[in-house]
Amino acid sequence: MLKFPIYLDNHATTPMDPRVLEAMMPYFLDSFGNAASRNHSFGWVAEEAVEKARKQLADVIGANSKEIVFTSGATESNNLAIKGVAEMYAQKGNHIITAATEHKAVLDTCKRLEKHGARVTYLPVQTNGLIDLDQLREAITDKTILVSIMYGNNEIGTIQDIPAIGKICKEKGILLHTDATQAVGKVPVNVISDNIDLLSFTAHKMYGPKGVGALYVRRKSPRVQLTAQMDGGGHERGMRSGTLNVPGIVGFGAAAALCQKEMAEESARHAFLRDKLKDKLMAELDETYINGTMEHRLPHNLNISFAYVEGESLLMGINDIAVSSGSACTSATLEPSYVLKALGAGDDLAHSSIRFGIGRFTTEEEVDYTAAKVIDVVRKLRELSPLYDMVKEGIDLSKVEWSAH
Amino acid sequence: MAYSDKVLDHYNNPRNVGNLDKKDPNVGTGLVGAPECGDVMKLQIKVNPETGVIEDAKFKTFGCGSAIASSSLATEMLKGKTVDEALQIKNTLIVNELSLPPVKIHCSVLAEDAIKAAITDYKAKSATPATAQTA
Repeated sequence: MLKFPIYLDNHATTPMDPRVLEAMMPYFLDSFGNAASRNHSFGWVAEEAVEKARKQLADVIGANSKEIVFTSGATESNNLAIKGVAEMYAQKGNHIITAATEHKAVLDTCKRLEKHGARVTYLPVQTNGLIDLDQLREAITDKTILVSIMYGNNEIGTIQDIPAIGKICKEKGILLHTDATQAVGKVPVNVISDNIDLLSFTAHKMYGPKGVGALYVRRKSPRVQLTAQMDGGGHERGMRSGTLNVPGIVGFGAAAALCQKEMAEESARHAFLRDKLKDKLMAELDETYINGTMEHRLPHNLNISFAYVEGESLLMGINDIAVSSGSACTSATLEPSYVLKALGAGDDLAHSSIRFGIGRFTTEEEVDYTAAKVIDVVRKLRELSPLYDMVKEGIDLSKVEWSAH
Repeated sequence: MAYSDKVLDHYNNPRNVGNLDKKDPNVGTGLVGAPECGDVMKLQIKVNPETGVIEDAKFKTFGCGSAIASSSLATEMLKGKTVDEALQIKNTLIVNELSLPPVKIHCSVLAEDAIKAAITDYKAKSATPATAQTA
């Protein structure tokens, strides 16, 4: 039995796994202690739970427990990593390299640093969504202190070649930060083999609770230092003050352990459902384009543009399915997705894009229903579309003089 | 985002979708907007040359639900009006009728532009003798 609405927006957030909630429950009422209380059992119980979670998180990325710093989420982790490095290594240099398709938590952090005298290079991406490694090498100067490139993209699912990027950074003695929010728990991530120095991730993208994240900070070869961005009691080895969110952290740890245990099976299932959705849509609808490479892609991500159909009107027609669009009309800024624009596909394809995110609780029946519904609504909207008519008449839309408004 | 019932009604049951023969001297065609802006409206009117009354109107729209609803409503408003009356249709009328929120006002502006463009096209055609057009 299908239950509506169907949730296919798992890049925005994931539902909690009931097993995660179960793990968290005792830490709301009975075991409510402050993990920093050293003199009584309430504190010890909380601390023990936090340390167990720290180990679970370290394990999922191949790190050591002592390298995990708890935060409020990936946005804070990104801020702490980039601002913390910029401040700590200011003597060494002021140049940061990132990419055009990064999350705003990275881009806007870099923009703020630019106002304070940092120099930032925003690498373009190729049409497949990947950065060009030669361009990265060329962008490095003797003032470069940090490269920040995301692991898996939140819109188009593109997985950057982090091991190769890490190798380049290591050779040059530059730190590598990666925003791995969408990747951890979904694809194998290993801070040792990938040569990662700092890594941001969060619980609510991996079936854990909202409001808790972590930053991996490498302790050995090299030992990475950060200037704290929040002053207070000196928690988390002085890098992030603030009383720990014990239930959240317990949930984060449980969520990570489940992801790690089930990753191989789960990612295969996600890829199967994703590919089924893609194949059905591509077989039934012409003028349909996949945004970003299929080759290096998160297994649960699909981002498709249905040409000559505007994204918000498509969302309106499939209102029993929760997805996102890169259309301007669906964004707060009324600008189409900057990630899709960075692929060079043109604004019109960004306006026509839909992001589907498969999740742990997505069923094959839901995918079949979604494919049929999208096909039906796209056909209906193309009946309404003057552009689709014009193209069928053989008119080249790029040659038409439009009255831009 | 919540849509008004009227927007939903026009989106689900768009009125007067289709094309009129743009070569017909009594048909005026307006094409406004741009694909990279996310909305394009094509609005056509068929005018009775004797009475100046708009006898038929058709639209096709690429755009959000509010843009579709605005153009659908515009075709309903046009039918039965004279060309001069049609020129008086203001976007605010569409805003009120559809209860459009502020971020969607540009959809109604585009619909007004489409009406004006269709009428301008019709007038340009009817000012030219039909024989001259075929030349």
